[in-house]
Amino acid sequence: MKYEGRVWKFGDHVDTDVIIPARFLNVSDKDELAKHCFEDVRPEFVKEVAQGDILLAGVNFGCGSSREHAPLAIKSAGIGVVVARSFARIFYRSAFNIGLPILECEEAFDAFSDGEQISVDLRTGEIGSKVEGVRVFAKPIPDFMSRIIEAGGLVPYIKAKGTF
Amino acid sequence: MTITEKILAAHAGLGTVSPGDLIQVDVDLALANDITAPLAIRVFEEIGRERVFDPEKVALVSDHFVPNKDIPSARQAKIIREFARSQGIVHYLELAYGGIEHVILPEQGLVLPGDLVMGADSHTCTYGALGAFSTGVGSTDLGAVLATGRTWLRVPPTIKVIYRGTLGKWVGGKDLILYTLGRIGVEGALYKTLEFSGEVIGSLSMDQRLTMANMAVEGGAKNGIVEPDEITRQYVAGRSEREPIFYSSDRDARYERVLEVQVDDLEPQVAFPHSPDNVRPVSEAGDVPVDQVFIGSCTNGRMEDLRIAADILKGRRTSRNLRLIVIPGSTRIYREAIEEGIIQTFLESGAVIGPPCCGPCLGGHMGILAEGERALSTTNRNFVGRMGHPESEVYLAGPAVAAATAVLGRIASPEEL
Repeated sequence: MKYEGRVWKFGDHVDTDVIIPARFLNVSDKDELAKHCFEDVRPEFVKEVAQGDILLAGVNFGCGSSREHAPLAIKSAGIGVVVARSFARIFYRSAFNIGLPILECEEAFDAFSDGEQISVDLRTGEIGSKVEGVRVFAKPIPDFMSRIIEAGGLVPYIKAKGTF
Repeated sequence: MTITEKILAAHAGLGTVSPGDLIQVDVDLALANDITAPLAIRVFEEIGRERVFDPEKVALVSDHFVPNKDIPSARQAKIIREFARSQGIVHYLELAYGGIEHVILPEQGLVLPGDLVMGADSHTCTYGALGAFSTGVGSTDLGAVLATGRTWLRVPPTIKVIYRGTLGKWVGGKDLILYTLGRIGVEGALYKTLEFSGEVIGSLSMDQRLTMANMAVEGGAKNGIVEPDEITRQYVAGRSEREPIFYSSDRDARYERVLEVQVDDLEPQVAFPHSPDNVRPVSEAGDVPVDQVFIGSCTNGRMEDLRIAADILKGRRTSRNLRLIVIPGSTRIYREAIEEGIIQTFLESGAVIGPPCCGPCLGGHMGILAEGERALSTTNRNFVGRMGHPESEVYLAGPAVAAATAVLGRIASPEEL
């Protein structure tokens, strides 16, 4: 699975209140949530993000609340894959569960700039720029998580297996 | 093994586990609220099960937008109510029968030492104070737990934090955890366990321990935990018919890191915007006038918190330049606070009392900040826009600093009164 698109760069400790503020949590419709993704900190995001774009972040991405509305809003807004130095653990689980691909990578954040066109290969972990020729590699996804992804997310995984 | 590893091993049916192991565990209690349950219920239905794994082991609590603030939130609460009825969920709790999930679950004896609890709320880690393993997950994970009663976990490495010395008069669990977050940073315990120990923890009340475990997630931790002791035994006595299981860490248990904290000179702490680890002692807060003080939430809305605040506010008036909002964490606490005269004290000092709920903590309702406004809050997060407008500011502190701040109109220590 390969994604190509524009880089949207965010910093360290991007929290779930910034991704989707609590005032929008009185609904759970993903398209409705997508309309308000990053609304307070980067209002142009929702208007300009294109299908398959790539979100680059620093450490502890998705910290804070357990609201699955956060990865849902990011996915529904069009982001294809999130690459961060590290993820908050609830966000990490939820992203896999809902089928939002995420990768951990130390170098990617400094290697690429906001607005740059890059590609991300989920299978090999290769992340590369279209113009500059820069390449970095993300950590491979753990086996157990791969099985959930291969099944198509947690719901089909449970449906197929009956339990864990 | 550590206490966390022992509880996880027991629930995985294994003799031993080690950090990094991926295990599958049985869940003693599954929790969701009015934000996370509607999504979890949808997942449960997609999985295609007729019944939840055990209607006695599910707690559904409407506490974020109740009493419902608008039609969409009323619809969300209704989804939960109808699901609870159709599934015969025993612990469906709202309004007069409840309050804030993490306050009422220990209070009503739904979590006991040795339990494994999965909750679709990040502050589910609160129950570690009882010597249980509890952690927050998203709605899809919780939906799968509703269907199967099981989930997967990666066994976390443990950071042991040992608190030594004697606490000063106005220093409590909130100050200990804020100070600890200042030391380790908001990603300092990412994917790990924080095990709180030492003679200081041994002398802390359960209310204070719950406050500390509550904020383990603010350090990125999977869970925060305290070994159960006599204080735990007394707290859980009479709350449940189930038998608690007291686990403790082996003397030769392996820790990733041991952190020692000497508390003798520790002052009340304040977290400045916009991160819970941006901590300073209150004497170094400087002149920070505030527009609103909030006392409440799953961090500091318990009986002891209200007593500490009332002790300071008794016979004093809040500053005319700010509004003080007090929200008891549960209906039971509200009633007890009335009986003790604490609510009267709050009202006479100039506070307004809200119905038990999570309202202002997450900018939900009943205490939203406008742009440029500043609040001092006993809650657990001060992210950008957490309590309202993205250009507002939230400072975090314990109930003693909150009460002193309400009187003086600026961030203040109770010593100044």
